[in-house]
Amino acid sequence: MQEKNRGLALFTILVFVFLLGPLLIISLTSFEAGSILKFPPENYSLRWYENIFKVEMFFTTFKTSILVSLGGNLLALLIGLPAAYALSRFEFKGKNILNAVFLSPILIPGIVLGFTFLKFLVAAYQLPVYTALFIGHTVIMLPFIIRVIASSLSNFDFSIEEAAESLGASKIGTFFHVVLPNIKSGILAAIMIAFLESFNNVDISVFLTGPGVSTFPIQMLTYVENYFDPTIAAISVLLMILTAFFMFFVERLMGLSYFTKR
Amino acid sequence: MKKRYIYLLALPGVLFLAVFMIVPIILTIGTTFFNENGFTLKAYIDLFKDKYFTDILLTTFKVSVVTTFICILLGFPAAYYISKLGTKKKAFLLLLTIFPLLTSPVVRSFAWMVIIGKNGVINKLLMGIGLIDYPLNILYTPVAIMIGLVHLFLPLIIVSLVGVMENIEIDVLNAAESLGASKMDVFLRVVVPLCVPGLVIGSILVFVGSFTAYTTPALLGGKQRVISTFLYQNAITLNDWQVASIIAAIMIIITFFVTTVMNLVAKKLNPKG
Repeated sequence: MQEKNRGLALFTILVFVFLLGPLLIISLTSFEAGSILKFPPENYSLRWYENIFKVEMFFTTFKTSILVSLGGNLLALLIGLPAAYALSRFEFKGKNILNAVFLSPILIPGIVLGFTFLKFLVAAYQLPVYTALFIGHTVIMLPFIIRVIASSLSNFDFSIEEAAESLGASKIGTFFHVVLPNIKSGILAAIMIAFLESFNNVDISVFLTGPGVSTFPIQMLTYVENYFDPTIAAISVLLMILTAFFMFFVERLMGLSYFTKR
Repeated sequence: MKKRYIYLLALPGVLFLAVFMIVPIILTIGTTFFNENGFTLKAYIDLFKDKYFTDILLTTFKVSVVTTFICILLGFPAAYYISKLGTKKKAFLLLLTIFPLLTSPVVRSFAWMVIIGKNGVINKLLMGIGLIDYPLNILYTPVAIMIGLVHLFLPLIIVSLVGVMENIEIDVLNAAESLGASKMDVFLRVVVPLCVPGLVIGSILVFVGSFTAYTTPALLGGKQRVISTFLYQNAITLNDWQVASIIAAIMIIITFFVTTVMNLVAKKLNPKG
């Protein structure tokens, strides 16, 4: 029987080699000194890391991505938090429909969403590309914000809220002084998960670029189409470090259950 | 608590989605069924008569189906192994699974370009050990798209299966074993059936995700189009928004159809009833 488990262990190891190997290879190639991607690198250097900062567009688009992801996050939080509270606190008519509406941005293919945003936000509503980008990213962040906060609220004991109210606290006061502090870590996790979702997005942003407006992942795609040097590998390493940081904090804030229970 | 007050909490979100997403989506789909003479399916019939389009649709289907099967074949045993580990080891392996899931799809597809390209890692290795004389053409083929998509979605199916398997009570497995079932029997006749609903749901995620993915086929597919890159080509390169809208409608209809049917299947197959 031991044999079988060993076989399964070996199989699992190979699965992880497949999952993580490519990320390791790309990390190593970023230290190549020559201008062609090689694995393993022949000579080591950090020149491609320097090159990231020499390409003006990487800097501009990085700024755009950060602004759009943070701004959209704030707006999604502003309209998502009350909705998440209503959905997890109360039983009411049409609750299932509301749940479906708030999840729908995940269910609709990203590429379809992106095209519709171009067709309506930019063409029909005549919004500036930057505004459309901001609204589009808010739409895709909303389901993540609502889902993570709702799951954090589902662990909250609402009788505490009732106790505060029966002691004379106002409804709004109770929300800000009792409910909010208790779901603080859930909100932070929601912000981080939604941020990654937006910051890495390609499907929507690819339709919402215009003169002078583009996002970081789109700029990466454009760069890959024109150059095959290790710059993108160097960027990949920096992005993976950022991802690891976020993952570490999300794990600290609410564990891994968000990912395994969907 | 007054009912009206509750709806007021959800109102900003609903309005926001209605104005910026729901109405635009409905209008985009709706208008494809009409021309100046009223209701018609002509635009759809024309598109389906175009062999270039049906080939793309077929390739996309094939790639998505194969990707889903490979993800199950690789993901199921791995998830089973992970779910039986102790708390610390399990958490560590889950972190290693979630990490690629959160990593940018551009980074992940780009990594595969380096590996399967003409001068890539695989070709160098195979030529180095003398197995092949000329580099294999993997990059810019449907196989390349498939490899990239399996890499993209395998973590998703592992993570959701581990969630399902954790809920299987150890007592059930012990009972089967104490009644004389071998480990393999327990796996095939107890674990697998109990996992089927979770497996179907995981498969929906992978299939729909593969069917609609853009970044991976755009980078690894080269000239080989799939339905999402075809939509992009029509919308941006060819500026034909009429055709792009029809493709968008087809994508929504197919994903909703597959999701609904598979969900019904999952309910039917649930041994708990």
